[in-house]
Amino acid sequence: MSVSSGSSRKSYTALVDTMRPAKPVLRNVLRAFWVGGVVCFIGECVEEFFVHAFHFSEKTAGNPTVAIMILLAVILTGFGVYDKISQYAGAGTAVPVTGFANSIASAALEHKTEGYVVGVGTNMFKIAGPVIVFGVVAAFVVSFVVYAYIRLHG
Amino acid sequence: MGTLAIFLAAFFVGGLICAIGQLLFDLTKLTPAHVMVIFVVAGAILEGLGWYDPLIRFAGAGATVPITSFGSSLVHGAIEETRHYGWLGLVTGIFEVTSAGISAAILFGFLSTLVFRARG
Repeated sequence: MSVSSGSSRKSYTALVDTMRPAKPVLRNVLRAFWVGGVVCFIGECVEEFFVHAFHFSEKTAGNPTVAIMILLAVILTGFGVYDKISQYAGAGTAVPVTGFANSIASAALEHKTEGYVVGVGTNMFKIAGPVIVFGVVAAFVVSFVVYAYIRLHG
Repeated sequence: MGTLAIFLAAFFVGGLICAIGQLLFDLTKLTPAHVMVIFVVAGAILEGLGWYDPLIRFAGAGATVPITSFGSSLVHGAIEETRHYGWLGLVTGIFEVTSAGISAAILFGFLSTLVFRARG
């Protein structure tokens, strides 16, 4: 028996598309907006805390803030809370840096049973890896262009 | 700008960036990994154009907490380092600013496996 032909597969996917319930896009976007906003609001609170309690400048407070946000996200991931919030908030928890930390922690936990080197070490960046790879490549290209521009015009 | 205004700006700008992410999730066939990559690359380009720093001054954590700031910080570190080391700075400076984030994510992620186990 042959695998389904191209045309019938196409009509099948078209049929599935008509049957599939419409995505509640507006609802999802509103959820992502308010949860993402709250995550950034919490980030701002942490940042102000570092500025006032430890006399960081507005500029240097960014680094410890990101570290604290990551720590919070990893703890919430460990307790299984982050994934529950993610199901509700979608991009609201995926786009902040906490989502990056969540992807690392959950991949690490998921593969813990395979051992620390082969399981945790190998899989930790399974999801976060592309962000770092393309971030670095893009950053190199952009800063190369900017620096070349500075050298030519500065 | 008053202190209260920066909290509001953080909420609205951060929320807006996440809302754009959700639109990409729902209205395109891109996977979450693709969307994250797009955000990081967009952050790098905005930084290169000099537009990300004003956004950080306006919205604080609303601009530094979303993943776009990762791309922006990578470029920021590289360009800063070229002041001291010229072309070589492009390579040596890339992780200058983002070191805290990457290190924290690896460290806490690893430590979490010592304490927690997978759920669900």
